[in-house]
Amino acid sequence: MSTTAPPMVSFRHAVKTFPAKSGEVRAVDDVTLDIRTGEIFGVIGYSGAGKSTLVRLINALEPATAGEVIVDGQDVTALPERELRRVRAGIGMIFQQFNLLSSRTVAGNVGYALAVAGWPREERKDRAAELLDFVGLSDKARQYPSQLSGGQKQRVGIARALATNPKILLADEATSALDPETTQDVLDLLRRVNSELGVTVVVITHEMDVVKYACDRVAVMEDGKVVEHGDVYSVFARPEHRATRRFVGTALRDRPSPAALERLRHRHPGRIVTVAVREDGASSTDLTRALREHPLDGTIIYGGIVEIAERPYGSLTLELTGEDAAIAGFITDLSRSTSVLDLGTAEHPLADPDAVGPRATTASSEADEGPSAPDPHQALGADRLGGVDHPFWSPFALLRRWRR
Amino acid sequence: MNNETDWDYLVPLLQKAFGETLWMVSISLLIAGVAGLALGLAVYVTRRGNFLENRTVFTVLNLLINTIRPIPFIIFVFAVGPLTMALVGRTIGMEAAIPPMAIMAAVAFARLVEQNLVALDPGVVEAARAMGASRWRIVWSVLIPEALGPLILAFTFLTIAVIDMSAVVGMIGAGGLGDFAIRHGYQRFNWEVVWATVLIIIVLVQVVQVLGNALARKALRR
Repeated sequence: MSTTAPPMVSFRHAVKTFPAKSGEVRAVDDVTLDIRTGEIFGVIGYSGAGKSTLVRLINALEPATAGEVIVDGQDVTALPERELRRVRAGIGMIFQQFNLLSSRTVAGNVGYALAVAGWPREERKDRAAELLDFVGLSDKARQYPSQLSGGQKQRVGIARALATNPKILLADEATSALDPETTQDVLDLLRRVNSELGVTVVVITHEMDVVKYACDRVAVMEDGKVVEHGDVYSVFARPEHRATRRFVGTALRDRPSPAALERLRHRHPGRIVTVAVREDGASSTDLTRALREHPLDGTIIYGGIVEIAERPYGSLTLELTGEDAAIAGFITDLSRSTSVLDLGTAEHPLADPDAVGPRATTASSEADEGPSAPDPHQALGADRLGGVDHPFWSPFALLRRWRR
Repeated sequence: MNNETDWDYLVPLLQKAFGETLWMVSISLLIAGVAGLALGLAVYVTRRGNFLENRTVFTVLNLLINTIRPIPFIIFVFAVGPLTMALVGRTIGMEAAIPPMAIMAAVAFARLVEQNLVALDPGVVEAARAMGASRWRIVWSVLIPEALGPLILAFTFLTIAVIDMSAVVGMIGAGGLGDFAIRHGYQRFNWEVVWATVLIIIVLVQVVQVLGNALARKALRR
């Protein structure tokens, strides 16, 4: 894809504030960012980071409080409602809860988007059939959304969002209510939408795996700010910001949690080091060489290496036994080509500053700085709970609305 | 008091009363259905966070509904007398029963409509907005169809409430089944007539409920 083409979406010092009990909440805080034409762009952040609000600035479902949001060459912050409706018709959007019209059939849902866009009735039917064929749901055209599985519902959502040939598709936590396998299917479909139809896709997620699997570039959001952005590999291979490191840690689980580290120290009283494995750093070959060349014993006791953007990424944790000087030489040697984190020995432990996961049971771990990363399982569970499809008249649906 | 009820005399009167009830209920429902739907939608869309959020309009409409609803209907019929006079030119008879019945039914229905819309998933409205749908289109092509099943049930509930109201307006000479039961039954110590009328009202209500349930089921068959 060309990087010289003008960006599809440009945020320039975009700000969105909401009134709150104590003053105001800055949901989007001075964001300047370009989303390139034809790419799959990920926005990752924990709940409340402002990513959903950021994406709603693009189709002006939420009007920006300040700054510019230029979509396909047009500043949407300056447009009146009537004009915005036309812009929105050129931007598809899919949602975590699918948001299909339960009173219409699958074909009727796709046809609805066409009706809104002013397509003549005769053409709607053919177009709807074409799109349902694209998402592989031709046989479900006459069924109602309640008869479909979550993955099928999201496919209908995608067909509906693409009905009017949009240049941009916004996916707001589109896979968060789906199981891992269905998530994969939906992400594959989004990749097809991008490669076959040339649609620029913006993916909002709290799942590192989604970004890892589908995105070309990514922005990491925290407290309304974009704290880091760039191509997926460089952002996650060399995370600068704490939030980014936490995402990498939760997705990879390549580094021992404080609790796991404590157990490891129990079994392995020697010097423990974590060696990063990256494309541009040490490969496991370098590690093997260093182990051979220095007079010490190394045992791999923890770790993981995966692919991010089709390149290797991860870390290995080793127990080193030998003379202190030999260990120091080994660390110095490897540090030339990659980052080595010294975790000390059972007797003189050193903490991992970016550790994620369960805390150690020792009292000292209570005095941890900053907010702890949410347990990914728990976060997922909470989202799923909110994601149950209650009928709209049920007290649960009512409760969910109140809690908003 | 003779023990024999003179049905030959009463049946034509009963038929007339039945017709009066049907007429009053139908006209009131027609007006209340349209007005209540509009009022309920207005309250919903101006509610905080919704797409025509307007605190003033919401507060005024909400207050209006809350003020009228708790007034006992029998008192309300007399209280709106001047308005009835202005609208239909008289304060007694069947025509005079329509304004109080229609107004009370409209505010009741407005509340029912609003409650059913509030229960609707706001995500569906957001999806329609994201497609570029106008507000008016969202009202008729999203809000009403999505809530149609519960709205039909609410209207069924309203119909039965209006049948109930129609029994009270005998007080202002509007006739109807309630009036028949009181004048030809209760006031003549003829329980047979009272119970016969009650039975007719029960059957009428049952028919309405069964019809309403069937329609709602049809609307909800998805």
